[in-house]
Amino acid sequence: MLANLRQNRVALASLAALVVAVLTSVVAVPETEQAVVVRLGEPVRVINRFKPKADFGQTGAGLSLRIPFVERLVRIDRRLLSVDMERQQVLSTDQLRLEVDAYARFRIIDPVKMVRTAGTPEKLEEQLQPILTSVLRQELGKRTFQSLLTAERGAAMAQIRTGLDIEARKYGAQIIDVRIKRADLPEGAMESTFTKMQAAREQEATTIRAQGQKNAQIVTAEAEARASQIYADSFGKDASFYDFYRAMKSYDVTFSNPDAKSSSTIILSPENDYLRQFKGR
Amino acid sequence: MAGSRSPWGGKTGKGGGDTPSPPEGPSDNGEGEPDAPPPPPSPGPRNPWQPEGDSAPPRRAASIEDIFRQRANRPGGGSGGGGSGGFPRMPQRRNGKSWAPLIAGGVALIWLLSTSTHQLGSTEEGVVTTFGKYSHTIGSGVSLTAPWPIQSVDVVDVTSIKRETIPEGEAEKLMLTSDQNLVDLSYLVRWNIKNLKLYKFQLEDPDDTVKEVAEAAMRASVAEVALNSVMGGAGRGQIEQNVRQRMQTVLDAYRSGVLVQGVEIKKADPPAKVVDAFQKVTAAQQDAQRDLSNAQAWAQQKIAGAEGEAANFDKVYGQYKLAPDVTRRRMYYETMERVLSNNDKVVVEGNGVTSYLPLPEVRRRAQAATPAAGGR
Repeated sequence: MLANLRQNRVALASLAALVVAVLTSVVAVPETEQAVVVRLGEPVRVINRFKPKADFGQTGAGLSLRIPFVERLVRIDRRLLSVDMERQQVLSTDQLRLEVDAYARFRIIDPVKMVRTAGTPEKLEEQLQPILTSVLRQELGKRTFQSLLTAERGAAMAQIRTGLDIEARKYGAQIIDVRIKRADLPEGAMESTFTKMQAAREQEATTIRAQGQKNAQIVTAEAEARASQIYADSFGKDASFYDFYRAMKSYDVTFSNPDAKSSSTIILSPENDYLRQFKGR
Repeated sequence: MAGSRSPWGGKTGKGGGDTPSPPEGPSDNGEGEPDAPPPPPSPGPRNPWQPEGDSAPPRRAASIEDIFRQRANRPGGGSGGGGSGGFPRMPQRRNGKSWAPLIAGGVALIWLLSTSTHQLGSTEEGVVTTFGKYSHTIGSGVSLTAPWPIQSVDVVDVTSIKRETIPEGEAEKLMLTSDQNLVDLSYLVRWNIKNLKLYKFQLEDPDDTVKEVAEAAMRASVAEVALNSVMGGAGRGQIEQNVRQRMQTVLDAYRSGVLVQGVEIKKADPPAKVVDAFQKVTAAQQDAQRDLSNAQAWAQQKIAGAEGEAANFDKVYGQYKLAPDVTRRRMYYETMERVLSNNDKVVVEGNGVTSYLPLPEVRRRAQAATPAAGGR
């Protein structure tokens, strides 16, 4: 019984030792990390190094072996990382100011170099930030305000990306993309823009009003022309009858309007056509 | 039987040792306390923690003596009691063996079941990793994997569309347009996960990336168009399309596994500081519209009047054509009748007589009319 127990103990101990050995010599690296194996302070190899072509599942992620206690792992992010630039005032060639927020996306492609030069991804970010700022300023400062706003942004961004990439490669990183997140006017310019907008709107309002009046006049004139044409078409059929007809109407309006209180005195000569029958012929 | 031992260790009738007592308690409590609950014989409510069959003795605190006595009385062996006094101990199985292996087995089974079977909803997908290495993606329904430390599953809702409103809250967000005006814009981005594997492993912070890309794309697109078309209807649709495409291009370049479903501009207003000026424009537009419709109404009237008059003339002329002389005379007489019947008439006889106006007569009549009017 006692011997049995002792034997068991030995087995147990050796099992424990084995477990410890396995646990310390096997490391799991997830898909999102690459690990630099450092042997006695010297980086010897990289587990799960980023390869652009390798799909997930075919990478070096998963279990790997190392020599326990001698090799140490430095884990580095394998994903696309971002570095944000602080708000910067950029002066365009036409002396206008623009406040720019930008970001860059990068990936650590040479973790050994990265560890040697920067240490950690966070420190690398700190290193890249001022570089991004200066490259961006330099590049945007070559352009006019208008071109900063519009299509040329694409070209400028490509230039900045290349410029930053050259620097980043020294740290074992690759710049994937640089983008301007925001480009705003600085406080002072904001006010003047508001004033400008206001003036523009007021001018627009005046123009619209004038335009409206013009349109109204055109409509009126057209209607008058049309009416005149209608009259001409109709009355032109017999000008002399029109003259008579219109005269009759006119007499009616002028002399026999019951609304007009004042009556006129009409002096008639017996020769008047109306009195022709007076003569009884 | 279980009834013979209380989990708190109270075998004898000498009360549970868990009530703290003042130090002078034991000596006083020897004989029945005055303030004790109902006397022992009464079948009142029983203490569920007391062993069955024992008539509840008056509760009293344990004295040091009692505790020692209790210890001496405790049935030895078996429980092997390392735990002193009040600690609960694991009950024994009937055959006297330990429960430990059974419990360990149960825990192992639960662990196995809970970490190796995965039930996913219809909108979910899960990424299976083996020691951190991507293995495969599982869809909805029940799936089996190796248990936890070996394989782990990260379940994410992929099909339901996430909505991101930018900016959050009601703050004014001014963007520059191509004509260097500012517009207050807020918009909504709808997206979902196209490729879970990429979404999980490719980006440091995919959700934040979507937002940043949206912002960059929106600003770039707005900077390409003039203020009026940002605020107008057709221009907006164009911008939305544009932003969606730009975002998708960038996100694909990042291999983010994100699909942008749509971008909607919720609001495109002038900045608060110049709203008044914009309202003036609206007022002017309304004025112009009003002027125009007034003119149009007048024109309608004018033309209708002309047409009416022309139609009238045409009718009369039609009649006149049938019998020109008679009609002419008739019209003449009718008109003269109306004219002369409403007015004073003076007929002056004779040829060569100069007709004159009877001014005194006119004046007299005028004078007669005035007092009559004034007297009223």
